[in-house]
Amino acid sequence: MAVALLIDAVTVEFGSFRAIDGLSLAIDFGEVRAVIGPNGAGKTTMLDVASGITRAKQGRVIFDDAIDITRSSESDIARAGVRRKFQKPSIFEGLDVRQHIAIGAQGGLRRTLSSYALAQRVDDVLAEVGLADLALRPASELAHGQKQWLEIGMVLASQPKVLMLDEPVAGLTDEETERTVALVRKLRRPDRAIVVVEHDMDFVEQIADRVTALHEGRTLFEGSMQDARADARVVEVYLGR
Amino acid sequence: MKPLASDHPFQILLAVVLAVAALLAVSMVTPLGISAYLANAIGQLAAFAVLALALDLIWGYLGILSLGHGLFFGIGGYVVAMHLLRHSSEVTGRVPDFMQFMGWSSYPFYWAGLDFFPYALLVAAVVTVLISGVFGYVSFRSRVDGVYFAIITQALVYVAMLLMFRNDTGFGGNNGMTGFLVLFGWPIGGSGVVIAMAVVSVLLLAAVLLGCRLLLGSNFGVLMIATRDDEVRLRTLGYETLRLKLAVWCLSALIAALAGMLYVPQVGIINPRLLSPELSLEIAVWVAIGGRGHLIGAVIGAMSVNALKFWLSAAAPELWPFILSGLIVLVVLVFPNGLVDLAKLKLTRPMGIKRLASEPELR
Repeated sequence: MAVALLIDAVTVEFGSFRAIDGLSLAIDFGEVRAVIGPNGAGKTTMLDVASGITRAKQGRVIFDDAIDITRSSESDIARAGVRRKFQKPSIFEGLDVRQHIAIGAQGGLRRTLSSYALAQRVDDVLAEVGLADLALRPASELAHGQKQWLEIGMVLASQPKVLMLDEPVAGLTDEETERTVALVRKLRRPDRAIVVVEHDMDFVEQIADRVTALHEGRTLFEGSMQDARADARVVEVYLGR
Repeated sequence: MKPLASDHPFQILLAVVLAVAALLAVSMVTPLGISAYLANAIGQLAAFAVLALALDLIWGYLGILSLGHGLFFGIGGYVVAMHLLRHSSEVTGRVPDFMQFMGWSSYPFYWAGLDFFPYALLVAAVVTVLISGVFGYVSFRSRVDGVYFAIITQALVYVAMLLMFRNDTGFGGNNGMTGFLVLFGWPIGGSGVVIAMAVVSVLLLAAVLLGCRLLLGSNFGVLMIATRDDEVRLRTLGYETLRLKLAVWCLSALIAALAGMLYVPQVGIINPRLLSPELSLEIAVWVAIGGRGHLIGAVIGAMSVNALKFWLSAAAPELWPFILSGLIVLVVLVFPNGLVDLAKLKLTRPMGIKRLASEPELR
């Protein structure tokens, strides 16, 4: 099976602090991978490197087996098909819901879709993330959970090959979390890899095919969620007894 | 942003601006209308309003605060002054003061051709785009923004002022340039010409206002607001925000230069004090008082603050700094979104102030 995103011996340093320490990780097309670990383990930094926001000191990031995106700009990486949702819902306060999705679907200053195709795509995505009724609502008026879905929709609208979700259910109610589980399951496709960073282990258990546990910038464990719960080291540093 | 067709406050403002232009135009042919003195004041206010729109475009809609827009205002002003001097001396045969003062018998080479107005217009545009383009490219590429960018722009306008204070640069030095006698072959002092300049200024204000509104209502305007609200988010959706910011930044500089070209012929003098950091700071104050992120706010802010200043500089000049500071404090404390907030206060909700204060703060 083809590797969608390969993180190859990546090291990131902030001053003297080593946030990621020779981390290697391969995520396949068709899978949902959860990345777990305690605060400061390097989960978000790993996503920052993959999306071009933070530069790796050493190592490479390869997309789709062939494209080296280690030094590419954020916008080039996004246009290649690697997109992410941020930890804190990042939306545009001055725009309405529909405009957000359209920005995500157009995906660059150069227009790629006809206005008809764009409108269709926006409608589809709005239905998919359950915000069709709020299409013309200013984004600043949305509830926290709706903002999370809006950002997922924005990222989703360009039909990315690699979808990275940083804490998609943080601060959501149980019911909203259930809806997000259903959404992520629907998003899974043979030609797409989904990476989820999350602290909610029940959520992870419901969506993830495999789990990678990070600790101090390195891989501590890789396998199923069931095995992770049984792994002595993961329990020790993260899950607790 | 609302569609233009249902944006009534904007339509009203545009109608008022056009009505003022029409009234001024009528006054040119009948002695009963607006006096030349008042027309001149209105024309200068219109130039300031154009300048405020230039700043609001990048500050209110793109999130980039410039405290050096006087630089571009100055470029427009200096180039139009050079044109007026050459043109005047051609018609009247009078040698400009600064040439006599420096004992020069011929113009420096960069004065060549400026007597031809379209060329002067081109020079102003090219110099403005070059300076704003290079500065913007270097800053935005290095991801300099926020308060750091504002400070650098302030330094830039200060450097330009120091340069212009030098007498040997061929721009009039610390005395600046004055003695503009002829405009397109017409004597500049005549009341008809004074009112005509005001008409042109007010009409160009209407044009810039409408142009900005159309830009903001377009897809490009949507991306500007997205850049303002979360630039990293937009970049990670595949957009090169550098190009977008650079384009709007240069456009804003051009509008500021246009304002300078309107202002200087009407006030009749230019000197390096136009490039003082205080003026550039004041532009931001007009916009903040009127309402940042609203085109109407920029126009109302620039007009009302400067009208007050015109009046007070005659009535009680020593009070002006205190009144301006008081206005700033009032705006920051009570109306974080400027005078535009006044319009949103509904009589049915006297406690509305609290709610308004929770809107996004100035960044």
